[in-house]
Amino acid sequence: MEAFFLFILRYLVCPLVVISVLMGMCAYAVLAERKISSWIQNRVGPNRTQLPILAYIPVAGNMLQRIGFSQPMADGLKFLFKEDVMPGHVKKFYYVLAPCLSLVCALLTCTVLPFGLWWAGDGSAYPLVLADLDIGLLYILAISSLGVYGLVLAGWASNSKYPFLGGIRASAQLISYELAMGVALLPIFLWSSRPGVVSPLNLTSIVQAQDGLWLCIWQPVSALIFLICIFAETNRLPFDMAESETDLVGGFHTEYGSFKFGFFFIAEYAHMIVGSAVFVILFLGGWNFLPGFPDPWPHNLFGSALTIIWFLAKVVCFVFFFIWIRWTLPRFRYDQVMKLGWNVLLPLAVANFAAYLIFFALFPKA
Amino acid sequence: MAKVLERKPLTFWERTYLPQILGGLRITFANMFRRKETLEYPEQRPTLPRGYRGAPTLVKDPNGREKCVSCQLCEFVCPPKAIRITPGSIPFDAPNANVEKAPKEFDINMLRCIYCGLCEEVCPEEAIWLQDIYSITGTSRGQFINNKAKLYELGGTRPDAHLKWDKKLAAEKAHAEGGAHH
Repeated sequence: MEAFFLFILRYLVCPLVVISVLMGMCAYAVLAERKISSWIQNRVGPNRTQLPILAYIPVAGNMLQRIGFSQPMADGLKFLFKEDVMPGHVKKFYYVLAPCLSLVCALLTCTVLPFGLWWAGDGSAYPLVLADLDIGLLYILAISSLGVYGLVLAGWASNSKYPFLGGIRASAQLISYELAMGVALLPIFLWSSRPGVVSPLNLTSIVQAQDGLWLCIWQPVSALIFLICIFAETNRLPFDMAESETDLVGGFHTEYGSFKFGFFFIAEYAHMIVGSAVFVILFLGGWNFLPGFPDPWPHNLFGSALTIIWFLAKVVCFVFFFIWIRWTLPRFRYDQVMKLGWNVLLPLAVANFAAYLIFFALFPKA
Repeated sequence: MAKVLERKPLTFWERTYLPQILGGLRITFANMFRRKETLEYPEQRPTLPRGYRGAPTLVKDPNGREKCVSCQLCEFVCPPKAIRITPGSIPFDAPNANVEKAPKEFDINMLRCIYCGLCEEVCPEEAIWLQDIYSITGTSRGQFINNKAKLYELGGTRPDAHLKWDKKLAAEKAHAEGGAHH
C-alpha cells in the first residue's frame, strides 16, 4: 500500500507540481515582460486588473494592483474566451498539431532539470529531479531543438507566405546555432568528468562539479557562446527571426489566434524559463551558494527548501536578463544572424574546445 | 577649409561589440528608475497648452447676446464640410434687432471635424472658438452632431473687447438724435 502511494507521489503528484510551477512562472514571466519593458520605456505597465477579493486587503491589495498581480489571469481568460478562428486555407491537422508540439517540447525539457537537493534522515543528499537521466544534457538538447519543429510546422501548415518565411528562418537558425551550442558544451563534460562520476552528461553531477567555482568563471567563452545560442534557440530578441513582426507581420504565428496562439505564447516563455534554468545549472552553479563560498544550507528540510529557492532566484534573475536584453539590442538582419552563427560562433566554439582539450591533456586532473 | 576627421581602426574589444552591449544594458537599466512619462488618464488629466484646438463651440458676448450672424463663412471654409448652418432673421422687436441675422440652426458634425481651426480664424464676429474639449464620446452617430443649443452650452461666454454691435446701435441712436450728418 505504501509502495502504491509512493508510486502515485513519484509519478503523478511530483510531475504535476513541477509542471504547475513552470506554468505559473510562465504566466508571471509574461507579466514580468510587460512590466519590465514598460519600466525600461519609462511607462508604468499593466496596473488596472484586480481580483475583487484582493481589493479588500488594505495596503497590499492596492500594491498588488499596481504591480499587475492579477493580470496573468485576465490575459489567460482573454485567450481562452476568444473566438477560435481556423482560416480556410490551412492544412488543418498540422495547423492544430504545431502549437501542441511547441508547448509539449517546452514542457518536456523540465523533467531532467535538477532544481534542488533533498537531505534524507540519514544525512545523504539526493537531487530533486523528476527523471535523473544519465544523458540529461543530451536529452535537453534533443527535446529543445524538437520545439523548433512546432514553429516550422506552423509556418508550413499556415499555407501563407509570411508564416512560411518565418518557418524557414526558424529552421535555418536552429541548424546554425545548434552546432555552436553543442560544441560550446563539450568542455563542460571535460570538466565534470572526474573520478567517481558515473556520467558527465548528468546534470546533477555537473552542478556538483561546480561546488566552489562556477563554470562561467572557469569557462567564460563557453558560457558566452552558450548564452548567445540560447537566445537564438528560444527565439528571443535579438534573434527572433521566426517572429520578426516588423518584416514578417507575425512570422510563424501570423495565422494563429485565440488559444492556439496562447499555446505558442506559453511555449515561448516556457522555453525561456527552461533555457534560463539550463544556463543556471551549467554555468551559474545550480543551487550552489556563491563561487568561493561553501554551501551554507543546513542538511535538513529547511536546507532543501533553501536550495530550491536559491536555484529559482537565479533562474528569475536570468529571465530578467532575457527581458533586459530584449529592450537593449535591436533585431539582427537575417544574413547577420547567419554570419554570426557560422563565421564567428562556430569557429570560436571549436577553438575553445581545442584549447580545453590541450589544457586537460597537459594538466590532467587528479 | 574642410576638417578631416581621422577614423581610428576599431580595437579588438570594440570589434566584439561586447563593451557596447554592456554600455547599452547600463543605459536601459538606468532608464528603469527614471520618472515615468505615463499619464494615468481618467484620474490624471493633461494640462492643455494655450491655444489648444479642441471641439469648436459657439460663444455669447458678456451681455448674453449670441455673436454668430450666420454669415456662413465658416461653413464655406470648413475643409471636411463638418458645419451646416440654416440662416435665420432676428425679430424687429428684439433688443439686438440691428444685427438682423442669427443662425436658425447650427450643426457641427464632430465625426467630420478635423480640428483645423479655420472656422475660428475666418469668423468676422469671433463667434466660433475651438476650446479645450478633447474627450468627445457617444454611442451613436447622432450623438456626435452638436446642434445650436449644445454648441452654446459648450461655448459659454467670452470677454469681448469691441462690442461692435452695441457701438453701432449707439452710433445709430446718436445719428437719429443729432440729425443728418451728410
